[in-house]
Amino acid sequence: MDISINGSTASLEKECTLEALLLSRKLNPAVLLVERNGEIVPAGTFAEVLLCEGDSLEILHFVGGG
Amino acid sequence: MQTFEQLLAAWSRERRQDCYAAATRDAVLAVLEKEILRPQDFMLLLSPAATQCLEAMAARAHDLTLRYFGRAVHLFTPLYLSDICTNQCRYCGFNASNTQQRHHLTVEQALSEAKVIAHMGLQHILLLTGDARHVASPQYIGAVAERIKPYFASIGIEVYSMTTEEYAFLVSKGIDAMTMFQETYDPALYEWLHPAGPKRDYAWRLDAPSRAAAAGLRSVGIGALLGLDDFFQDAFCTGLHAWWLQKTYPAVDIGLSVPRMCPHEGSFAVPHPVDDIHFVQYVTALRCFLPRSPITVSSRESAFMRDHLVPLGITRVSAGVSTAVGGRVEQNDNVGQFEIADHRSVAAMQRALADNGYQAVLKDWEDCSVLPQIAPEESSVLCEHGGR
Amino acid sequence: MDDVFELGGIALTSRLFIGTGKYSADALIPDVCAASGAQVITVAMRRVEKGSEGIVGHIPEHMRLLPNTSGARTAQEAVRLARLARAAGCGNWIKIEVISDSRYLLPDGYETAKAVELLVKEDFVALPYINPDLYVARDCAQAGAAAIMPLGAPIGTNRGLRTKEMIGILIEEMTLPVIVDAGIGRPSQACEAMEMGAAACLVNTAIASADTPVHMAEAFRDAVRAGRMAFLAGLGAERSGGARASSPLTGFLHALGGEHADL
Repeated sequence: MDISINGSTASLEKECTLEALLLSRKLNPAVLLVERNGEIVPAGTFAEVLLCEGDSLEILHFVGGG
Repeated sequence: MQTFEQLLAAWSRERRQDCYAAATRDAVLAVLEKEILRPQDFMLLLSPAATQCLEAMAARAHDLTLRYFGRAVHLFTPLYLSDICTNQCRYCGFNASNTQQRHHLTVEQALSEAKVIAHMGLQHILLLTGDARHVASPQYIGAVAERIKPYFASIGIEVYSMTTEEYAFLVSKGIDAMTMFQETYDPALYEWLHPAGPKRDYAWRLDAPSRAAAAGLRSVGIGALLGLDDFFQDAFCTGLHAWWLQKTYPAVDIGLSVPRMCPHEGSFAVPHPVDDIHFVQYVTALRCFLPRSPITVSSRESAFMRDHLVPLGITRVSAGVSTAVGGRVEQNDNVGQFEIADHRSVAAMQRALADNGYQAVLKDWEDCSVLPQIAPEESSVLCEHGGR
Repeated sequence: MDDVFELGGIALTSRLFIGTGKYSADALIPDVCAASGAQVITVAMRRVEKGSEGIVGHIPEHMRLLPNTSGARTAQEAVRLARLARAAGCGNWIKIEVISDSRYLLPDGYETAKAVELLVKEDFVALPYINPDLYVARDCAQAGAAAIMPLGAPIGTNRGLRTKEMIGILIEEMTLPVIVDAGIGRPSQACEAMEMGAAACLVNTAIASADTPVHMAEAFRDAVRAGRMAFLAGLGAERSGGARASSPLTGFLHALGGEHADL
């Protein structure tokens, strides 16, 4: 199934949760900010979110800034 | 935002007295070097220590006046529409218990008077009435304003206190300025001075300039009547009031007047007459505290005093004054509100100012809201106003 | 010195805010935090890239995070970023930055004020980064900002308080705290802003780009503190000196019979 991550298309082999996706990409879910189809996914609920075909994810984190 | 009543409460009579008494010459001189003054600085400038530094204060006031106003002095004249009054202010010639015959101009009579004033070259007029809503109603004042509007760039009022809605109504009739004297900021003294009539309500009057500013008046003037309370008490409160208004209504031009009673006004014995030195101290202290505020000195003061006050901070003077109802179309012997000390005509005042190195400004602004519709690219030229 | 800066319901004892951008190594940040004494630190938000760690792991626990909305070009984009930052669980403070000029990075006052209005309605503590413009500052105050953050000079320039006159006007006219942000290049400039009555200073580039950021952080800590103390102590007036012997302006009072020591 295809989803969009930060504007690029990604193909997932099987259904998975948001948390599983992040871990598979070696991202630490604890420091991430995620928007799914324009809606904020609250921190701590990533494991409960099952991704669907066509989902659009924005995955952000805090970086250095003034 | 703090209300003025709260601010005034924070500056109790005792605190003012302490601050006044504790001032030193060094503290006063330090204030004169500051760019931005606080209320406590203003109090220092009213103190006995500052009386000893009057020339230094005058120099600072002169510099600031030149910086913000240049060598221009704005002329206006009052037109008394009515002397019918329901108040009994102890110090006032229009006191309801006085038995003189009362006068009230019709709208047409007011127009005739206004035309004579316009013919003198004045573009700024101040309309005055007594406190008698049943005759000099907001509707009546609005009708006069509407009728005389074509002859003047600015119409001000100095009348009884009104509601915000009434002020907004007068704005819609072409009035752009209002003056409201609190007379004294001491509630007990105020009550004694105003034994009867609607003016007895101290708090309602205190809030009137704020209501006027909120209603869209472009220019709001205040003042205490000097001589009623200890000089520094009312002087300080007046400055504080203007300072608060300026902070609260940054779009409104907040001006000051410095009316001073002669030791004897009619049968009223002035409780605390203010001498010339303290009067000059007051004007220069106001200028230092509120460098951008217009300050008006009326024809209560002599020609000599007014001429010498101009370099110290006065930016508005009246000319061709009558303090009785009407007074320009035909000379009458109506009783005036107060006695005039400076009888100079507009032309004489212009000459005196010119001799002093100042230009008399007859028209300081144009009310763009009443101009005929104009294309945007032309408007900047038409709206340009002279003055400062 | 018992001087507390109340901001968004929090009592701060340090009036130096620091940033996390432009360090040669993010690992310097904990030591900079300690040396600066700061309690508030800014962060930005960006899309993750594979393998990048983010900054949060370098920020000591006790620091209060102040996320900014850099990258936002409109009020709506700022709102979106602010909501994301809050969802991450780092509190409801937000430094509102709305910039659509990529050459000078100057903030858009109109969009910034709009963003303040929208975010205050959502219970954010809104801290708008603005040009020191009185009208924009008033719009932000009207919209419920907790403080205003005028720039001292274009961001990252280290040019100091180029907008000193305008910042002075804001300090005088606004009842909100004024936090000088951007442009401060030297401790002396931060000190000057504090002497003028600024509530706090935000310093990032000047610390991050110093040869020894930890020492520079300490220098800024002391400078901000010195400036604040000077402000609270009440600066003595400069004296132009020179007594005036004659009395050209008040001599006329003699003619009126005035008796006076200094006339």
